[in-house]
Amino acid sequence: MTAQALLAVAVLPFLTMLAMVLHRRENTPSLVHAACFAVSCILGLIGALAVLKGGADHVQLPVGLPWLKAHFRIDGFSGFFLVIINLGAAAASLFGMTYVRHLKHPARVAVAYPMFLAGMNMALMSDDAFSFLVSWEFMSASSWLMVLADHEEEENRKAAFTYLIMALFGTFCLLGAFGILAQAGGGYDFTSMRAAKLDGLQSSLVVLLGLLGAGSKAGLVPLHAWLPLAHPAAPSHVSALMSGVMTKVALYALARLLFDFGPTPAWWWGAIIMVLGGITAVVGILYALMQTDLKRLLAYSTVENVGVVLIGLGVALAFKGEGKTSYAALALAASLYHMLNHSVMKSLLFLGAGAVLASTGERNIEKLGGLIHRMPVTAAAFLVGAAAISALPPLNGFVSEWLILQSLFLGPKIPNWAMKFGSPVVAALLALSAALAAATFVRAFGMVFLGRARSVAAETAHEVSLSMRAVLVFLAGLCALLGIVPVTVTSQLSGVAQNLIKAQLSETIVQGWPWLAPISETRGSYSGTVLVASVVILILGTVAVIKGFGTRNIRRGPAWDCGHKEASPNFQYSASSFAQPLRRVYGATLFSAKEEVDMPMPNETRPALLTLRLIDPVWQGIYQPLANGVANLANRLNRLQTMTVRRHLLMMFLTLLLMLIVAALRRVVP
Amino acid sequence: MTIALQYDTAHLIGAMVLLFGFQLLYQRRIKAVLSTFALQAGALSLAAAWQAYIQNAPHLYVTAAIALVFKAFFVPFALNWLVKRLGIHRSVETALGVGPTMLIGVVLVALSIMLVLPVTQGASALTRENLALAMSVVLLGLLMMITRHNAVTQVVGFMALENGLILAAVGVKGMPLVVEMSVAFSVLVAMILFGIFFFRIRERFDSLELHYLETVRGDRL
Repeated sequence: MTAQALLAVAVLPFLTMLAMVLHRRENTPSLVHAACFAVSCILGLIGALAVLKGGADHVQLPVGLPWLKAHFRIDGFSGFFLVIINLGAAAASLFGMTYVRHLKHPARVAVAYPMFLAGMNMALMSDDAFSFLVSWEFMSASSWLMVLADHEEEENRKAAFTYLIMALFGTFCLLGAFGILAQAGGGYDFTSMRAAKLDGLQSSLVVLLGLLGAGSKAGLVPLHAWLPLAHPAAPSHVSALMSGVMTKVALYALARLLFDFGPTPAWWWGAIIMVLGGITAVVGILYALMQTDLKRLLAYSTVENVGVVLIGLGVALAFKGEGKTSYAALALAASLYHMLNHSVMKSLLFLGAGAVLASTGERNIEKLGGLIHRMPVTAAAFLVGAAAISALPPLNGFVSEWLILQSLFLGPKIPNWAMKFGSPVVAALLALSAALAAATFVRAFGMVFLGRARSVAAETAHEVSLSMRAVLVFLAGLCALLGIVPVTVTSQLSGVAQNLIKAQLSETIVQGWPWLAPISETRGSYSGTVLVASVVILILGTVAVIKGFGTRNIRRGPAWDCGHKEASPNFQYSASSFAQPLRRVYGATLFSAKEEVDMPMPNETRPALLTLRLIDPVWQGIYQPLANGVANLANRLNRLQTMTVRRHLLMMFLTLLLMLIVAALRRVVP
Repeated sequence: MTIALQYDTAHLIGAMVLLFGFQLLYQRRIKAVLSTFALQAGALSLAAAWQAYIQNAPHLYVTAAIALVFKAFFVPFALNWLVKRLGIHRSVETALGVGPTMLIGVVLVALSIMLVLPVTQGASALTRENLALAMSVVLLGLLMMITRHNAVTQVVGFMALENGLILAAVGVKGMPLVVEMSVAFSVLVAMILFGIFFFRIRERFDSLELHYLETVRGDRL
């Protein structure tokens, strides 16, 4: 099975070559995306088979480092992630087929796109640190190229530079984590890392480095600053992949490090990750609420959802560390579920934003509006995605966030006071972030699709191509399906989680189809199926009653215009005014938000001005000093480059001497 | 002939090479530097010939011949001719005084003995001493390269370093001739390159002082 998957991945580099050779042909990018669609479908099916079959399939290739070779392995866990990745990849490829025609430089995207898919898939299949890191870097570098696809814009170059630095930092941290595991386990293949015996300090270092490395890729606050710059800068279908899918590869790496390698880290690491996740969720969604750029808003919402997943992973780790493995499996299954859901809904939303961008050329939601009339299918699909990501039943976002909340409520079962008190607090953060997400997406949907057009571009927009709409409808349907039949999904997921945690979900999860009752029937149960069925029956009943007994006389009249004749679209609520109450409550401290009103005197004729200033404390507090420090150091080291010939020789001589002395000392003092 | 005599003689010749290495460090005139280098190369050739005799390895005679012809006669002669032809300054410009340089040299020899002797436990006594001496010669050559300003002295430092490498090579049993040949030829090529290089520098700056070079490097423009 792994061999077949590798064969499928091996097609992708050829697609890159094809894109390079035929870069002048106009339809090459579409062709490449179509081929990528086919490959992703195959890989997704292989992943699904691996989940259903369980067990692991290992393949060793005679390439790579001579003493290591290249190991690849697909088990249920990586199979599940293959499904997530390739579901998103297939949707994005199909969407990209016609979307690339709207891009300025489709050939640049077509070259890097297959390598990006290959990198992500290989990272999931890798079974040794070397192949993993190489694939990981492929993933970073090729997505970096796509962020740079439109490098004529200053902003994109900056975003790409920040991204590159953070990607290098992340890889460096992961390298450290693997190094420690390899030293303790005796080899760089994951098999020996699984059996590694770590002491407390080493295990803590592995978790810390893993959290920094994978967290910086996934968008953990405060390492998230690059994400809302880089994700929106790429073409929309690539943004969908980076946000919906690449963050999952990072979370996959973190989950492997936490649950699969070496002994279980101490419970308090779970508590730390849980709290970090809570902070990430709330801060991410608050940022999202302030944005006026649609794609940046979605990128910040990704930060929030990564936080939600991290809460689940943290709880699972804490339970596992305290020996309550069945609860741990529940929390892990819940966060896996949320990863799947987030990948589907974030792909849907980003592709929806791509459709809006393609037909209006506008990302600023202050300049959109009224698109529901001109792009009805896109609007409906986007609405489903927005409702799902705001955790509204009966859609998929609700089920997974509810499951994570349920596992948080089990926190007091851990016999220490930090978790007893901490988990309800994090539960409150999670609930707050869900509420803020609802506000964010009401704002986003309302500004983009409702009201009246705020610009000519929005007024003259038209619906996108059939294949793009088909993808949006398919993903919206998937959002609904994953929410309506949660039990079918969780029974597969719990198998995956049980294998990783090595525990039975004995007293938990299913009480019988279609009721999802993670703890016990009396504590809480949910059935999307029954809910939808009853809602549908109620609606049909109401319609029947109205149609049957109500009056048939319909009268259409003009809408009330609030007393303003011929009101300009500027009279509408704007995105900034919608966010104002929440900005005043949270923004003043968190973003040092300042509003200044410049009101003209009674007989002046100039317009009044409202200036709004937001300061991102993360940039000021962490990134700026760090960047300055690095630049300083580089300047100093630069002198080494312009030394005299004799000094160069001297440096070599001193290095040689130092190494000789070390060698001599190692002999003398063994 | 007894083993002890073989050993002592090899040791004596090796020590001569090292001693000439030290002598290179305190020469004040370019001509004296070149003559000392010729003496060192002669000692090296002797060492190679002795090794060829006691190891019964006739190919080492070739090494000895190469060392004698090229390094003891041809290279010093050519460099001398260059110095005269270019009419350059005849005194050695030091970056570090003679006294401190000699002291550092002594430290380097101590270091290489301290390092080589424990590392090579198990090898024969002859090889071990030889390696320690050779390494000292290499380090002294490097030291010469970094403590002298003039390009000619740098070339001599490089060749002295290379003498150390050959000394190490001949002391080890079974070192194939091809290694020494390739080293010898690379030195010859380096010598030619340096010669051309001298002409070019001289043409430009009327001097072989290296610091003139530093202002014309591409990265400084």
